[in-house]
Amino acid sequence: MNGLDIWMREHTLAYVWLGSYAVAFLIFAVEIAMVRHKRKITLQQVRMMRDAEDEAGDAN
Amino acid sequence: MAINWFKYSAPTTFYGLAGKLIPWFAISSALLFAVGLYIGFVVAPVDYQQGEFYRIIFIHVPASILSMFLYLVMAGYAALGLIFNTRLSSMMATAIAPTGALFAFISLWTGALWGKPMWGAWWVWDARLTSELILLFLYLGFIALHASIDDPRRADRASALLAIVGSVNVPIIYFSVKWWNTLHQGSTIKFSGTSMHVAMQQAMFTVLVACWLYAIAVVLARVRSIILERERNTTWINELPEVRS
Repeated sequence: MNGLDIWMREHTLAYVWLGSYAVAFLIFAVEIAMVRHKRKITLQQVRMMRDAEDEAGDAN
Repeated sequence: MAINWFKYSAPTTFYGLAGKLIPWFAISSALLFAVGLYIGFVVAPVDYQQGEFYRIIFIHVPASILSMFLYLVMAGYAALGLIFNTRLSSMMATAIAPTGALFAFISLWTGALWGKPMWGAWWVWDARLTSELILLFLYLGFIALHASIDDPRRADRASALLAIVGSVNVPIIYFSVKWWNTLHQGSTIKFSGTSMHVAMQQAMFTVLVACWLYAIAVVLARVRSIILERERNTTWINELPEVRS
């Protein structure tokens, strides 16, 4: 048995929490952050396109 | 009063509806996660064979179920988009893929963590594990194929075919423990009943519902960005309060 095997058997709940639940919630947090970032960027792009169209309309 | 469901199949109306629903799904999901984990770690007893290690089940099983079910939902939306040429269906399929891939990854990751103390190995080329890994690759293939084609409508059609063909893998995952001699245990919960302690069942189902609500919230949020991106040249997008501000 290596060090990790001994540690996981001595600290079972820490192994379960850190290994699976903490990782799963970290993944959820990263996904939420990515979705929010994507929305922010998309909104910026849509606003920029609208402003560019408005400026082109004014120039004409 | 009859509800016209087709009304919400148009991105114009669905965008607003999705925005209103997201907070409800997100808050319900957070509350159910808290309740499920409380039952799973405080109320549910220790397993007589596996000790505390079995508590990985409360995230492993819901993640596995979601990874398979989301794939079927994604393939269903992709098929609808392919057959009826409905814009929103294809957008929904695109929005579901990353969440499904993450659930497949969580399923494999937590399975490896459970496998090590129980089987003595992080990974074995077992039918259940291998077919779940193929599911992850199918999700990644869908995302990569969609991203590699510039025209969104062509990308929708190409990736829809992959999603539909790949859906044959889902029953293979489910029945793999029956069809082959596998190291992975069979279904704990069957239609005929279960030997699980009631608190364990409650924790597992509560986290399963929490994962479902989380997935719906994230997919709805993602599909709103996709709608914004694809419909950006339309008048209704330019009249949205968040775009005008």
